[in-house]
Amino acid sequence: MKTIIRNCKVLGSDKTELYIEDGKFAEAFDAASADEVIDVKGGTVLPGLVDMHVHFREPGYEYKETIATGSAAAARGGFTSVCTMPNTFPVCDNAAVVEGILKRAADAGLVRVYPIGAAGKNLESNELAEIGLMKEAGIVAISNDGKPIATSGFMRKVLEYSSDFDIPVLNHEEDLTISGGAMNEGEVSTSIGIRGCPTVAEDIMIARDIILSEYLDIPVHICHVSTKGGMRMIREAKARGVKVTCETCPHYFTLTDVTCENYDTNFKMHPPLREEEDRLAVIEAIKDGTVDCIVTDHAPHHQDDKDVEFSHALNGIVGLESSFALCYTYLVKPGIITMERLVELMCHNPSKILKLGRGGMNTGDDADLAVFDLDNEFTFDKNKMLTKGRNTPFDGWKLYGKTVLTIMGGKKTYEELC
Amino acid sequence: MGLKSKDLLGMKQLSAEEIMEILDTAKTMKMVVENGPKKTSHLQGKSVVTLFYENSTRTRLSFELASKYMGSTSANISASGSSVAKGESLLDTARTIDMMGTDIIVMRHPQSGAPHSIANKINASIVNAGDGMNEHPTQALLDMLTMYERFDKFEGKKIAICGDIYHSRVVRSNAIGLAKLGAKVSVYGPRTMMPIGIEKMGVTVADSVEDCVRDADAVMGLRVQLERMKSSLFPSVAEYARFYAITPEVLKLAKPDAFLMHPGPCNHGVELPTAVYDCDQSVINKQVTNGVAVRMAVLYLLMARRNNL
Repeated sequence: MKTIIRNCKVLGSDKTELYIEDGKFAEAFDAASADEVIDVKGGTVLPGLVDMHVHFREPGYEYKETIATGSAAAARGGFTSVCTMPNTFPVCDNAAVVEGILKRAADAGLVRVYPIGAAGKNLESNELAEIGLMKEAGIVAISNDGKPIATSGFMRKVLEYSSDFDIPVLNHEEDLTISGGAMNEGEVSTSIGIRGCPTVAEDIMIARDIILSEYLDIPVHICHVSTKGGMRMIREAKARGVKVTCETCPHYFTLTDVTCENYDTNFKMHPPLREEEDRLAVIEAIKDGTVDCIVTDHAPHHQDDKDVEFSHALNGIVGLESSFALCYTYLVKPGIITMERLVELMCHNPSKILKLGRGGMNTGDDADLAVFDLDNEFTFDKNKMLTKGRNTPFDGWKLYGKTVLTIMGGKKTYEELC
Repeated sequence: MGLKSKDLLGMKQLSAEEIMEILDTAKTMKMVVENGPKKTSHLQGKSVVTLFYENSTRTRLSFELASKYMGSTSANISASGSSVAKGESLLDTARTIDMMGTDIIVMRHPQSGAPHSIANKINASIVNAGDGMNEHPTQALLDMLTMYERFDKFEGKKIAICGDIYHSRVVRSNAIGLAKLGAKVSVYGPRTMMPIGIEKMGVTVADSVEDCVRDADAVMGLRVQLERMKSSLFPSVAEYARFYAITPEVLKLAKPDAFLMHPGPCNHGVELPTAVYDCDQSVINKQVTNGVAVRMAVLYLLMARRNNL
């Protein structure tokens, strides 16, 4: 199978054509021998994006999302690799579940799925899950995402044991003893009478994990950082040489808790949307290198789980299909970061942290790429999404950076050329 | 005449003019309650349903009587004893009531924002009779009517509110409404019951119960809401009563003609000693009559808007 991508801009290169042969990037060949020639009309080619934090809900919650629908959404977002969090039912805390996920992912064949295993059995902070056996089955990291590792003692055990297998630990940072609310604690939560999750609930846990990482000299990756204080501590720790990395999400630099004023549950997620000073601090941290990765925390929910009282609504929003456009429109277009830096955040860094070996575009590398239209504004429409979830706060937003083509391993996984 | 919005969700949604219109209308309605005959035709041919997911004596009964005094068909439904107990969602329940030809649904719910989440999905007007810790607009309106009967204007008046501020929807509605009318609200309670950023709602946080009440034109005690507390926010009732209650000595610090309010129900001996509850300055029982009058006014003005459309 030979494919030529024609009439494209390639980041960091003056090439206007790309050649793919047998799933790999190839040297130029004669167009007459190509099976397909795709004219992308001046679209910009980037290495296929990597999202190290998604929830695909399968097994157990197929009414919210399946691996197949999540994969389709990923491809539509320009992603060729995703890492799925273990809070399925049953929990991904053993090799059998890992194998099942990989089988379904291969059947769907639209995105490389790298499962993340649970750190503790059933996502609890008591007994270690079978981290070694899960690694053999294919996990790339461990996390108790959504159920923060509650005690310092268990976190130490997780870090130490996982280091034997050279497997990264990703932690959702929240001290549940002072958290437990449905939105950020502040002026807005007080005004609308919703119990809050203070920023310090996140900061306290980030501090703990930095301290443990430094003491044990074992890396730790901090999930979806949303606070000014968290960013400050991570910046300081990195400067000191602590092996800490972190991620944030598009909603933390585009939205604040003011959007919760009308109890719209599409603005409810964990960590919650914070205040303007936090939003600005997230942007600053993206700019200065404190943030390593931008992830979506793609969390599809059924209407029945969201069309309820705000405090009862489940946390999370979908993100795979809006992420790149939000990052391009709000970070690159205004000149806050360069496109090269965005590609680090959305491809090279997550690949490096999890040792996925993605992002190469040289001859012989797997042909994972995405093409975006950076010139024309489009309206983000929730009804066009391929995820099963409709829980997005970005419906109707005017954005730049629509995906026009996604190729994973030489195979076309999404196309919207017109 | 009438309100601008289909629903009465909170004081946040009312303008100063609308608040004054409700209070003026309520003064007229009060004459009906006090002098009778307690049967008018304001809501004749209309239906009002009260939907309560939380317990209530005053609010529920006063809405029911208010609607009946004005000639409407009224019915009540509560969470226990309805299909809610079978797990029916709020939205399905509200749509069911709506489709029976209901004009106004008076709703109380333990979750903040619950009435907001259904208001734009049904035809009936929603009156928020208390949602979680958010608002209780008709309580604030009856409190304001009680003040309005004693002040000629709200501007510059000091209103002291003491007690469990964190869990109180009454405080939120009063703070918002009184600020719109130019009154100054001072609050005080244990720091463990003081929500972050309350001063941004236009209130002053006092340093002590004495500081809060000093020179106030009106004083309001709040019920300690033991049912909403996830864990104990103060060590004992005795300690609460010693440091946070409105005692006769504290009440003396208010202006000589100040009066004492409480939204009820009252935990006697906790936020107020019984002697204070019953004292000459207490208007707590009079507030109850105003509750009926204000709810008549609200139902009437919402219906007037529906009729005009």
